[in-house]
Amino acid sequence: MPLLKPDPTFYPSPKMAMQAPQEKLAYVALINPTKNGRSDAIGVVDTDPDSSGYGRLVEQVDMPQAGDELHHFGWNACSSCLCPYAPHPHMERRYLVVPGINSSRIHILDTKPDPRRPKLVKTIEAQELAKRTNYASPHTVHCGPEGIYVSALGAPDGGGPGGTFIMDPETFDVIGPWELDRGPQQLAYDIWWHLGYDTMVSSSWGTPNMVKDGVNPEMLLAGKYGHTLNMWNLRERRHVQELDLGAEQQMVLELRPAHDPTRTYGFLGVVVSLKDLSASVWTWYRQNDGNNGGGKWAVKKVIEIPAEPADPKLLPPFLQGFKAVPPFITDINLSLDDKFLYVSCWGTGEFIQYDVSDPLHPKKIASVRLGGIVSRAAHPAKPRQPLNGGPQMVEASRDGRRVYFTNSLYTPWDEQFYPDGIRSWMVKLDVNPAGGMALDPKFLLEFEGMRSHQVRLGGGDASSDSYCYA
Amino acid sequence: MQWSAMLFLGAFHGINPGMGWLFAVALGMQQGSSRGVWRALPPLAVGHAASVGAVLLAAALAQTVIPIAILRPTVSITLVAFGLFHLVRHRHPRWVGMQVGFGDLTVWSFLMASAHGAGLMILPFVMRATPGAMAMSTHHAHQMSADAPGWVPLAAVTVHSLAYLGITTLVAWIVYRKLGLALLRKAWWNLDLMWAASLVGTGLLTFFL
Repeated sequence: MPLLKPDPTFYPSPKMAMQAPQEKLAYVALINPTKNGRSDAIGVVDTDPDSSGYGRLVEQVDMPQAGDELHHFGWNACSSCLCPYAPHPHMERRYLVVPGINSSRIHILDTKPDPRRPKLVKTIEAQELAKRTNYASPHTVHCGPEGIYVSALGAPDGGGPGGTFIMDPETFDVIGPWELDRGPQQLAYDIWWHLGYDTMVSSSWGTPNMVKDGVNPEMLLAGKYGHTLNMWNLRERRHVQELDLGAEQQMVLELRPAHDPTRTYGFLGVVVSLKDLSASVWTWYRQNDGNNGGGKWAVKKVIEIPAEPADPKLLPPFLQGFKAVPPFITDINLSLDDKFLYVSCWGTGEFIQYDVSDPLHPKKIASVRLGGIVSRAAHPAKPRQPLNGGPQMVEASRDGRRVYFTNSLYTPWDEQFYPDGIRSWMVKLDVNPAGGMALDPKFLLEFEGMRSHQVRLGGGDASSDSYCYA
Repeated sequence: MQWSAMLFLGAFHGINPGMGWLFAVALGMQQGSSRGVWRALPPLAVGHAASVGAVLLAAALAQTVIPIAILRPTVSITLVAFGLFHLVRHRHPRWVGMQVGFGDLTVWSFLMASAHGAGLMILPFVMRATPGAMAMSTHHAHQMSADAPGWVPLAAVTVHSLAYLGITTLVAWIVYRKLGLALLRKAWWNLDLMWAASLVGTGLLTFFL
């Protein structure tokens, strides 16, 4: 039954969304790293500071079968439902769409009536996805103008091409592949868009076969992982431009376009450079900025984080020959006012806040360390307990005052860089609106046996919604 | 022919955010200028008028070959069915795109008005049929409709579309200049439900009057 008034979690503009109330809970993907037949889960974390359960896992919804490798997930509906060209504001942000990149299954969880106890209501099997789209390994989920857009790493046989498909936001039927003309695009990972400019952006990691057994050193050194950014016409579903960062830039992952729909730039993270093991953040932007849709896109490196020299004895076999620990930028997140960019360095354990008010000239303003391949930095809640894993999936609250992150990457890759086995945790930082951030000493959530991955905040967060009004 | 009904329904269509004023406001915001709002209005009105006009034209043509005694209940049943369908499944036309010119906006407005049955809703008020017509012989009714002056449907479309344009302009201007979009969160009642109910109501009215 449709609502009589718009879903209160929908906001016309990012500026208005910043007035949203504080999130009372967070959903987090929990991966079972053992092959013991137990399944992955979606955890519910209490984020209400006035609650007695603050900072604790209050519920765990198990997936019906083992071996999913949950990764990213998203909502059936969000603020893009208010877009003027096809408004459907009386949809509800209610269902979580939770794909497994290993199983290619897609789970639909209902967060109503009790948001603290989501219920599994539908499972779409890999065969169904393959039949309808010829895709596998569904990854990023975004609610958008034509329904739910989901990126996929590759084809059902584990090869390429990867791409994007669409799901119905009410019935959750898989409708079909999204693109009509993919141009030269083969590899996929993340997708997002500039709704004001009818432009979609996609990044590139690797096909399922290239990633499922860990980083393949030969492929990596040969520059075979993704190093391109692809721009698409969102309306005509066609590829318009490929931006090549250079083959030494390996693994172009998270995409964070400006939330303001009138802006024409965004940020992307590159995991590692083959030249010197550095990691980088790049800004894509439209040249000859204007409103006629004719401008070409360009991309420029704006942040480079060097590898840190390290004693080979402290390094996993994969890195010993390099005598250095690479930063490995595995996730980034942009505050709703497009002011602060958060960067996770999963290798070194550094988590950095940049002021990106000038998107081509970011300024580093704050940094914390937690975990890290060498540093094993501890949390203020348990200052004598070294942590492993490093800052990874990061999510900022809508008001920009709080940031959460978890520490595991992807089971087959976790083992290569943290061979002692990641002990998973989730933390929260408080952010000063003027800049600066500090770990909340009351929020160190350690997961027993499970590994935490993406975090989604109740009601929406800084990477769940897109807006059509400035 | 009730001119007040034409005006009222024009205003009713204009006030619906899904029929155009919201798009005009969004384009103004996207372009950072009120010119974006003004430029959007003419194509919105043209598209709306074309959609409504097409329905009235089709009905006028149908009236020349189908007896009014059959046409009226047909329109009535269509309206009720269309309304019920909208109540159950609030589908909207698929449209992606903020980069729109005059042609795009005209097509968009045409599609939106057609998909929501804007023309169907006003049809019963234009269809030249008095309560007595039902009882008359089909031949007589046929004769009467053929005698109906050709300018009536045209005038109906014009009056309706001007009312639509007036309200669309007014709401777009007030929201863009004064109120801002925060009101969407509070005041955006589910007009789809009311709209569907209007379709059903008009259909029933057509049938029983």
